[in-house]
Amino acid sequence: MIHLNKIRGARRADLAQVVEIDARITGMRKPAYWAGILRRYGGSDRSRFFLVSLEGSAVQGYVVGEVRDWEFGSPPCGWVFGIGVRPEARLSGTGTRLLEAICAAFRRRGVGKVRTLLARENSLVLAFFRSQGMMAAPFIALERDP
Amino acid sequence: MKLQKNTLLALCSVLEFASEPARQFSTAEIAGKYGASPHHLAKVLARLRRAGLVSAARGSGGGYRFSGNAKRVTLLEVIALFERIGAPAPGQRAPRRPLERALHRVLAEIDETAKATFGSITLRTLLKLAGR
Repeated sequence: MIHLNKIRGARRADLAQVVEIDARITGMRKPAYWAGILRRYGGSDRSRFFLVSLEGSAVQGYVVGEVRDWEFGSPPCGWVFGIGVRPEARLSGTGTRLLEAICAAFRRRGVGKVRTLLARENSLVLAFFRSQGMMAAPFIALERDP
Repeated sequence: MKLQKNTLLALCSVLEFASEPARQFSTAEIAGKYGASPHHLAKVLARLRRAGLVSAARGSGGGYRFSGNAKRVTLLEVIALFERIGAPAPGQRAPRRPLERALHRVLAEIDETAKATFGSITLRTLLKLAGR
């Protein structure tokens, strides 16, 4: 299969489509949140990334992440904290290419490990990251009521 | 984390089949490879067949082949055919004493993590992990 999708940094004109994809996945529209993500991750900071995959001018998916330094004693690593693919564009490798693109950006920043954090119930995205070779990290996520 | 012998045999069998979906495997071949008795393996395969994960061909050249979707079937789905992770043993009462309840919460936390792990790994992903 030939893939003609292009991956580049997100722009203001992409936001409405990103909001729509996210809303279809999560059931919640969050335009203010995504505007903030674009402001913080779509700018000139070379350790933060907000990428979109395009077919023509249609956004097919997005990925957001950053390089985090020495968090909880961990050497700098790449964090992916958002990835989404338009439901009808799934199973065509869009998510894989988005993850590869952000991993390439992390490698250019000199980091050798990529991490993410997911709800246990999010089996679809968990299975995706597993299929990309991700294994359990040597950390345990904890929580309590404040 | 330990799985029962039957469960492990089912996982290995279904993964063998899924690694070569076009091929028919004899029970003797799988039984020999994993040191199981053909009779024991036949019982395991019968359950996998009822779940639609393998299909059986009759006759002298008969055997089993994979009939599921390796990109969709997770390890948890196979495991759940043979055992329930975290399920209380039959007749087991809910813990009443505070210490038992606290221990039960910790064990439940481990079970939930195990279930999420098995539920997120498809047969295809595991085969990739094994370099197949």
